[in-house]
Amino acid sequence: MTYDFFYKLFGSQVIAAIIQSLLPLFVFILPFALFAVWLERKVSAHMQDRLGPMRVGWHGWLQTVADILKLIQKEDIIATANDKPLFNLAPVLVFVGTYAAFAAIPFTSAFIGSNLDLGVFFIVAVSGFVVAGILMAGWASNNKYSLLGAMRSAAQIISYEIPTVMVIITIVMITGTLNLNTLSQLQTGHFWNWMIFGGPVFGVSKFLMIPFMIISFGIIYISTLAEVNRTPFDIPEAESELVSGYHTEYSGMKFAMFFLAEYANMFAVSAIVTALFFGGYQSPIGYIGHLLGLPWLVPIEQLFWFTAKGLFFVFVQMWLRWTLPRLRVDQLMTACWKYLIPIAFADLIIIGLITLI
Amino acid sequence: MSIEVEEKISKLTEVQKRGNGLRTEHMVLNMGPQHPSTHGVLRLELELEGEIIKKVIPHIGYLHRCFEKHAEAMTYPQVVPYTDRMDYLGAMYNEFGYAVAVEKLLGIQVPERVDYIRVIMGELQRIASHLVALGTYGLDIGAFTPFLYCFRDREKILNLFEITCGARLLYNYIWVGGLSHDIHPDFVRLTKEFVTYFKPNIKELNDLLTNNKIFIDRTANVGVLPKETAINYGISGPNLRASGFKWDIRKDDTYSVYNKFDFDIPVGQGLMGTVGDCWDRYYLRVQEMEQSLRIIEQAIDQIPEGDVSSAIPKRIKPPVGQVYSRVENPRGELGYFIISNGGTSPFRVKVKGPSFVNLGIMDELSRGHMVADIIAILGSIDIVLGEVDR
Amino acid sequence: MKTAQDIFNILKEKFGNSVLELVSTQPVEPFITVNPLVVNKICLFLRDNEELLFDNLMNLSGVDDANGKTVKAEDGTSKVEGATLSVYYHIESTSLKHKVVLKVSAPVEKPDVESVALIWRHADWHEREAYDLIGLNFLNHPDLRRILMPYDWEFGHPLRKDYKDPEFYLGMKVPY
Repeated sequence: MTYDFFYKLFGSQVIAAIIQSLLPLFVFILPFALFAVWLERKVSAHMQDRLGPMRVGWHGWLQTVADILKLIQKEDIIATANDKPLFNLAPVLVFVGTYAAFAAIPFTSAFIGSNLDLGVFFIVAVSGFVVAGILMAGWASNNKYSLLGAMRSAAQIISYEIPTVMVIITIVMITGTLNLNTLSQLQTGHFWNWMIFGGPVFGVSKFLMIPFMIISFGIIYISTLAEVNRTPFDIPEAESELVSGYHTEYSGMKFAMFFLAEYANMFAVSAIVTALFFGGYQSPIGYIGHLLGLPWLVPIEQLFWFTAKGLFFVFVQMWLRWTLPRLRVDQLMTACWKYLIPIAFADLIIIGLITLI
Repeated sequence: MSIEVEEKISKLTEVQKRGNGLRTEHMVLNMGPQHPSTHGVLRLELELEGEIIKKVIPHIGYLHRCFEKHAEAMTYPQVVPYTDRMDYLGAMYNEFGYAVAVEKLLGIQVPERVDYIRVIMGELQRIASHLVALGTYGLDIGAFTPFLYCFRDREKILNLFEITCGARLLYNYIWVGGLSHDIHPDFVRLTKEFVTYFKPNIKELNDLLTNNKIFIDRTANVGVLPKETAINYGISGPNLRASGFKWDIRKDDTYSVYNKFDFDIPVGQGLMGTVGDCWDRYYLRVQEMEQSLRIIEQAIDQIPEGDVSSAIPKRIKPPVGQVYSRVENPRGELGYFIISNGGTSPFRVKVKGPSFVNLGIMDELSRGHMVADIIAILGSIDIVLGEVDR
Repeated sequence: MKTAQDIFNILKEKFGNSVLELVSTQPVEPFITVNPLVVNKICLFLRDNEELLFDNLMNLSGVDDANGKTVKAEDGTSKVEGATLSVYYHIESTSLKHKVVLKVSAPVEKPDVESVALIWRHADWHEREAYDLIGLNFLNHPDLRRILMPYDWEFGHPLRKDYKDPEFYLGMKVPY
């Protein structure tokens, strides 16, 4: 819809496409990342009986802006022993992988970067870029800590994609679509139509499905935590062991790009969880726009609900980070291969049987 | 296969043979001197096969400040501030140990009030030191929040020290034969308040970290230290007791007025895994804090009246002789070996620092574990590099 | 529980001339002087004998005795003779609760002492420290390297009483 609007406005497909693709970056990802970093600091501070940033702006809300300004001014250090092309490419690739995922995420019914029929599949596929980027960063840094971090990260992200995909298959099996926009539209109405509550179909199967859907949600949430390298799975950058893993050697803006990608990724996976299980952009209680007869208000409300749900899951990620210790590499792999994958598989089969009823 | 090739293969080392003749070698990873988890400027040279540790070589001395050489140039009282700077997290106890050693050499008795205040200060210092140990241990394992909770409580103890002697880290408070100041009039009330405030916080720490499933997974059955090995390596303090050996110098070779108080010596029981693993070492410190609180509670009500500085000798000149005196500092057995040649400054002061000794076990404990475990092991040994290097 | 006198008698009986004397005139603790080249055998005996069971080495300290006498040679040059370096072993038994102090002295020109690092692993780092700072040479030590000073320190052993700071170390001026 927005694409059509820009096309009419400028009369050129190219300009419309560029604006369309940059829109999430400037309207959403950058402000979100700045906000999320500030939120992380505040959340951690209040959990730890302190105040966090208080000086720059009201309750330090400009702190992250100041930090970005500082990072831009910093020297871009490249050691002589680094593999320069790979070293320079890696942060870009990591960011691209994250950014591309946003293309298929439906923010509202009015804005979706690209309404792909293979939306979920596309997101899973482009996340692969992140692994390549991290491996490049680890290798090109020519630093043993970075290399260890990158190796761990690659193993971790690839392993945890299996349970993620299995849960996605479960959803796809029920709904019969890979399109995230269609998926969100399916869960319209009120919150009992969300996939976590068995989807929009009524009947016995809906109630049978609820416990298994909750299990599926648990699995995908844990796996996505691991995919974005958050505690308790932040092993690749475990600051007490590997200094900071694959981005140890980076400074200035390149470091900021890793940082940005991490926070953007946090929201991306939360958005996927929201779209799959929590009705996407759908309101749980109906729209004020419909009540007042103002149809233009509905997409704005939808954006609000989508952001609110996404932010809630981001908040839970932060909450976990500041509460839990970190697992060890072998324990991480055990959790994935011995517990999550078998459970996800059994869950898939059971839900398949239920849908047959 | 030709004879030449066979000869070559027979020359390969054991590691290389495992790779079926491919040339493989161990990776050497330098951990430190600048690393977030080495608790100071310690360098560990790790020999790795993948992520499995084959060998650990600690390199120390980055913080060597020649305490022993300094002591030879100072008079006996002038050494006291230097002892503070060894184990800067247990400064009060370093002074305590030094004062006890010199008093033994001089053959003098300090007034009872001095002894009581020393014990209270020493136990407060033990709690403060253990709080840092537990907090940073959580940090090493990846739990950030308990660290700040521990520091919040430690701050209260440092406030008590501050009203007593004005300093928060390096006190210069316990002098040979007495104390530099008497306690503040509010000290007794504030200490009692602290004890009542702190007791529930131990439970909070247990809920947050000690009984956390991930924390137990990371620390139980890791770095198991058997009792015999521990004694042979001279390990002392909480690390020795966690191996199941009931040995506390406060009771077994008592000094000052410790024999007047009723307290238990906790030992490691292997509640979550094997006796002497990292979790035991961690939990033992939690239990020790409870016992220290008990000692403080008993001592604070019984402080006798008197003067704390009248017994300080004007000119300290011990007779020709030597003494080895040891105290139970938060990290273990802190021993001072002092040789006097009858002059006003010591002829030789040798410090047996518990951290120095405990660090020696790193290689033994870490072999066969993973890189992440070395952090858990190092944290559980609880070293202070200021004392390792002196 | 045995006193230093008892232990001295046992050792004297077992090792004869290698156990030199019991010094108990000085405060605070008496010590037994033994031969530096058999100290490892004596320590092994002390650890494993069922009446003694000295399982814990509390401390091991190297000391520069600074007891040399300046002797004037005929050509007018003077040199120091008879100086010794000593090692003190503070040993205790955790089960029988007795303690003893051993002392060995070696001439400063050839400060050879048998290592006890394999009897009590604790002694490993203490002996390295004594080697590093005093300059005692422990025979049969598994890994005798400098420990506190830099590995490439070639200006002697700082805890010797006659130690002088070098002018420069790796191009850096040392005295400040």
